[in-house]
Amino acid sequence: MNEVVLEVKNLTAAYQKNTVLRDVNFQVEAGSLTGIVGPNGAGKSTLIKTMLALHPVLSGEVHFFGSTYKKVKKRIGYVPQRGSVDWDFPTIALDVVMMGLYGQIGWLRRPTKTHQRMAFEALDKMGMADYANRQISQLSGGQQQRVFLARALVQNADIYFMDEPLAGVDAATERAIMKILDELKAAGKTVMVVHHDLQTVADYFDHVLFLNRTVIKHGKTNDVYTEDNIATTYGGSIRLIGGRIGNVVHPVKQ
Amino acid sequence: MWSILLNSNTQWVLLSTAILGIAAGTIGSLAYWKRQSLMSDALAHAALPGVIIAFLLFKVKHLFVLITGAAISAVIGAFFIQGIRSSTRIKEDTAMGMILSIFYGFGIMLLTIANRTSGNQSGLNNFILGQSASMVQSDVWTMSILAILVVSIVVIGFKEWKIYLFDRQFASGLGLPLKGMDVVYTILLVTTIVVGIQAVGVILIAALLIIPAVSARYWTHSFQTKVIISALFGGASGMIGTLISAIGNGWPTGPFIVVLAASFFIISLIFGKEKGILVQHWQMKHHKKQEILQSIPTSVLKKEVQ
Amino acid sequence: MTYTAWIILTATLVGLSCGLIGVFLILRKMAMMADAISHTVLLGIVVAFIITQELTGVHMLIGAIIAGLMTALFVQWLNSLDVQQEAAIGIIFTTLFAIGVILIEAFVGNAHLDVQHALMGEITFIPWNRITLPIVGSIPKAAAILTLVFFVVLLFIIAFYKEWKITTFDPGLAASVGIPVLFMHYLFMSLVSITTVASFDAVGAIMVVAMLITPAASAYLWTDRLHMMLVISGLFGVASAVIGYFIAAWIDTSISGSMAFATGLIFLASYLLSPKHGLLAKYLKPEETFE
Repeated sequence: MNEVVLEVKNLTAAYQKNTVLRDVNFQVEAGSLTGIVGPNGAGKSTLIKTMLALHPVLSGEVHFFGSTYKKVKKRIGYVPQRGSVDWDFPTIALDVVMMGLYGQIGWLRRPTKTHQRMAFEALDKMGMADYANRQISQLSGGQQQRVFLARALVQNADIYFMDEPLAGVDAATERAIMKILDELKAAGKTVMVVHHDLQTVADYFDHVLFLNRTVIKHGKTNDVYTEDNIATTYGGSIRLIGGRIGNVVHPVKQ
Repeated sequence: MWSILLNSNTQWVLLSTAILGIAAGTIGSLAYWKRQSLMSDALAHAALPGVIIAFLLFKVKHLFVLITGAAISAVIGAFFIQGIRSSTRIKEDTAMGMILSIFYGFGIMLLTIANRTSGNQSGLNNFILGQSASMVQSDVWTMSILAILVVSIVVIGFKEWKIYLFDRQFASGLGLPLKGMDVVYTILLVTTIVVGIQAVGVILIAALLIIPAVSARYWTHSFQTKVIISALFGGASGMIGTLISAIGNGWPTGPFIVVLAASFFIISLIFGKEKGILVQHWQMKHHKKQEILQSIPTSVLKKEVQ
Repeated sequence: MTYTAWIILTATLVGLSCGLIGVFLILRKMAMMADAISHTVLLGIVVAFIITQELTGVHMLIGAIIAGLMTALFVQWLNSLDVQQEAAIGIIFTTLFAIGVILIEAFVGNAHLDVQHALMGEITFIPWNRITLPIVGSIPKAAAILTLVFFVVLLFIIAFYKEWKITTFDPGLAASVGIPVLFMHYLFMSLVSITTVASFDAVGAIMVVAMLITPAASAYLWTDRLHMMLVISGLFGVASAVIGYFIAAWIDTSISGSMAFATGLIFLASYLLSPKHGLLAKYLKPEETFE
């Protein structure tokens, strides 16, 4: 069994008056590529934000590499949802990637040529080298996503969290992103991805975490990606198409 | 001091500031739900050059003329804000801030010239901080009629306004003329603003449009009740504020009206039935208790009971 | 230095400081917050005056910083109580400003006149109000304060350039790489406050808003790079101040109003003529413009 890089115990979090996450428990091994799935309002984004101290914790504990988030921040990379940023900001793609290094550069110091090179290489990995000098609002949705990913890569973290990186991107970008995720896994990094599309989970991820306010099931995709777990998580009935789990229907009353 | 109340002119002024407050509270509720609270601030400042230009052109301090000038200026300002926002990457708050300060600056330029050439200072200067106590009877009539008009239009079409605010797409599906309602809404807003400037001044009219509307939220969930409460708070602030400032000699009415409105807000914030701080505090305590009870496994509970 | 020269120097310093701060102000979408602070510093100054009975620069600056921070804090607080951001700003600044006016009325004198002075500023008085410093001798106090403020602003912007950049662009990322976002926010509010109050004497409250917002907005239409935006905004600020002064001298009217108006003229010119985002360019060469 691999090293446990993330351990969540009895995590509870609220959004205004409602409890969004209750009693969340799971452990993540190094080198796993986990898809987090669940219906809308299941608390998937909140889970990530809470673990990364971007959202307050009501109760429970989160341990990264056996330590707290604050102590190992530099080993954690985060790719938020694409909509959370002002794309009219006067900056180019290269700059955005370099921002991922600001934490390492430290106060009062300037980014150096080395940092610039690192940023450029990250962009290149995502196939965006030609767009390094473009102002970001001139990029397509898929291109913006790749820049975001490059920014996370340049941090050279050991564990990555991504919030719906494949939502609304073109097929080429989807392939490029999954290729990178596989490379990260091969390099021994751990990746957790909030994924929007239940149908592709089995193709992309070796672990699945079913979330609906609490952990319904977590484990290797081969073991836990079953009709029952999906039904429990999504609260609806499933129709099999051609013997494959294909369709999830939500009941009208909720 | 209290003999002021017996003065019939004062009574008229109090009545008209009350009506103005009611109108501001009413239209302010709509503005809040449209997420356009500060637009009233921007438009109020943008109205200043219009007032001065109207005065310079017609050489009279007739309120209706000045109000019309103010309205035109404000509408032009609104038009510019919208234009900047839709044709450049400049965001709405920046556009509002620009139009607000540039128009106002232009207004001050004109005001300085007007004060110099015509000598009669205090009249125009009252538009900055408000001076309802100096209103004459014809002013009172003008303001009251306009304010009543604003309230009537909101009340008459209330059902339609409600849908227009909360579900635009549904409204258009029902066949409501959205563009037309946008125009009417803007006219109502601008009218209230320019009428209110006389009482509260350019700088503070936004307060009367925002504060009562926000205060009402702490007392009810029903939109209709919110509008009514907001109107009441607005009217009370207008009236009592004017009264207090009348006690001083030549004190501007704007600041007192605003402080009254703010007092109602603080009271609502703390004691309000819905979302008031005290009420929320009790609710939280209750919620926490529930949470604790729920998280105790039933086996333990059973054991306790036994 | 001549009388006019001092006025122009003071105006230039206002244009520079406001132009620089303004860039981050509009990118952080805090234009209306600046409007709010420019009103609430009045209360800060009045309270400082009532407590210390002095209208000296330092006390004003401190009163201003406190007022600015309080404004930011109160707005944040109301926001957390589920009031819309805009409405929160509207409630706080109008109330605090109203209290300031009432205090002036009660303790200081004729509210209309004094408030008008505070609102409008009176740059023509500046060369008379002097302070004696080592080395430079007797110089106008406002110029001294503005020079100080300008250097403070410049220093903070250069020193924390990348922190400003990242906290403005993506506060979530900033927090996750260990940058204290909230601290930067309040630091920024303090910078806005001191710039506002230092500029008060010259251009008054409302027009400071014009100086803070418009040159930066104009610069936004010319460039896609942050550092260029800062440079252009500073230049536009200076240009507005100088042009405004000369318009006022020519027509014989309020200098501060003219400066605010001048920022508008420069914006109009940018709106029409900018090669990347201007109207004219869109007509002549639509392929080379962006939207």
